[in-house]
Amino acid sequence: MRILPLITVLLVGALLIWSAQDMPDMGDPNAPTNLHVAPYYIEHSEEEVGVENIVSAILADYRGYDTLGETTVIFTAGVSVLLLLRRRED
Amino acid sequence: MKEEDVIIRTVIRLMVPFIQIFGLYVIFHGGSGPGGGFQGGVILAASMILYVMAFGVTGGRRKLTEKTNMIMRSTGVLIFSGIGLLAILFGGKYLDYGAVPLPFIHHAAEVRELLIDGGVEVGIGITVMAVMVTIFLEFYPGGTSDD
Amino acid sequence: MIEDLILAKYNYWIYVTLMMIGFYAVIAKKNLVKKVIGLNIFSTAIFLFYISIGDVIGGTEPIYIHGEHVVYVNPIPHVLILTGIVVSVSITAVALALIIKIYEEFGTIEEDQILELQS
Repeated sequence: MRILPLITVLLVGALLIWSAQDMPDMGDPNAPTNLHVAPYYIEHSEEEVGVENIVSAILADYRGYDTLGETTVIFTAGVSVLLLLRRRED
Repeated sequence: MKEEDVIIRTVIRLMVPFIQIFGLYVIFHGGSGPGGGFQGGVILAASMILYVMAFGVTGGRRKLTEKTNMIMRSTGVLIFSGIGLLAILFGGKYLDYGAVPLPFIHHAAEVRELLIDGGVEVGIGITVMAVMVTIFLEFYPGGTSDD
Repeated sequence: MIEDLILAKYNYWIYVTLMMIGFYAVIAKKNLVKKVIGLNIFSTAIFLFYISIGDVIGGTEPIYIHGEHVVYVNPIPHVLILTGIVVSVSITAVALALIIKIYEEFGTIEEDQILELQS
């Protein structure tokens, strides 16, 4: 084990644990993430989009632009691997 | 690459159709349970990779040629952005599925459900499957030969 | 105090441990493939942190059950993490392809030998 990376890792870990004391408990229904947009999606997704899986409705309809960007990312990864590893038959 | 033993070849030849049907089920029923485009695409790619591992690259190339793979890689992204442009043609915003008038359907919610389950998820599944098979065959020894 | 510190927030302890293991692998190992594996462990820790934030006590999965009043888990972190997993797979694929090209050029994949051969 090398000394300097080990000290860095322990220091960053201690700082992260110390800063996690102010975050909400696990499973708290009044945490700020559960209060703003999520109740709107849960209530109105059955009547606006007929799909029963709320995650699919958000992924393909309410936030469909992000899914388009992500399909482009995986297409670009395929093209990059092809460009890097083709050997030219000269 | 050489082929494998008789037991492995027989078992994989029996298993691959069932894995593909399960992958198609996960894609098309992504609206009623867990699943969707990405998950189903990876399951379909896993069936192709299993076939290539058992029968070698020459056996796999007989089932999925390089030209078909190349066409499928671009068609998925084209389907997704094409549906978005279709929504613009009929007067809505980009990727606004409710503005497209399908022939026999009267509610906007049912139009959205049909275009999500039958258009967008299928496009995502096709692209993910082709890209996963491409990445595997680039790293496999002897996988980029075209014969 | 022990309850408040450790038991109520145990997801933060788990995610910090995994993240520090991945971080140590990225900065301290000399083999390039081990660094890529460390990057993967780091991403997995971040996904775990995000999903564990959205949990609600007594909640069930976010798929509709008709006619009953049920408490659902927050569905938004699941959506963001699906995108994150695909990005992580793409990064691993391109990184491994680059390692193959480095091996063809230098003949080795140890970091200190590559730095010697370059200067």
